Amino acid sequence: MFQAMLFFVLIILAAAILFCLYRVLRGPSMSDRVIALDNIGINLIAVTAVLSILLDTDAFLSIILLIGILSFIGTISFSKFLERGVVIERRRNQ
Amino acid sequence: MSADEISKWIVIVFILCGAIFCLLSAIGLIRFPDVYTRSHAATKSATLGVLCIMSGTALYFFLFKGHFSAQLVLAIIFVFITAPVGGHLITRAAYRTKVKLSDKSVQDDLRAALNENDYRQEDGSPQEAEPS
Repeated sequence: MFQAMLFFVLIILAAAILFCLYRVLRGPSMSDRVIALDNIGINLIAVTAVLSILLDTDAFLSIILLIGILSFIGTISFSKFLERGVVIERRRNQ
Repeated sequence: MSADEISKWIVIVFILCGAIFCLLSAIGLIRFPDVYTRSHAATKSATLGVLCIMSGTALYFFLFKGHFSAQLVLAIIFVFITAPVGGHLITRAAYRTKVKLSDKSVQDDLRAALNENDYRQEDGSPQEAEPS
């Protein structure tokens, strides 16, 4: 029963990721795609947490932190690129 | 019903609530009309869903494995802090790159504020950013 419910939760999260993927492919603007990619990253965190219960190991718990940090850095660098055209500004002393 | 069963059901309720919140946020991401409402759906409810799922996971490892996972608490705090910041930044970039609001929206206060601060030049292109 417990395992069946966890598989059901995994199916729900996979459906959520598929819906976000539709928005990534069809998004009218670039910002839609970045928002959907950020949401996919957050859903991947949830999938990793459920998998670590299902496989009965705690080796995946540091992967959760890693995915969270990478998703956040990707989102802020994409937004900086959309707003300014560059990711790293070089004209500091002007 | 033993205590083991009851704690399993508590974990299942946490995780199922989180998964339903994640699914609702994805449906909102599909059905809402423009970027700003979509970021509203994607940021808030997905954060709540993933917080519920990670709370359930931390509860499972605390109750059945007997160790309290500090990494999960750290991940909960990190997601709780960074998801609104990321949503705000990408929505701000969307407004500054002139993504249109949907036809149903009735008010745009930010346009008046930006025109008062003279952020945009006459031809509509953004000015050079101030060196910090």
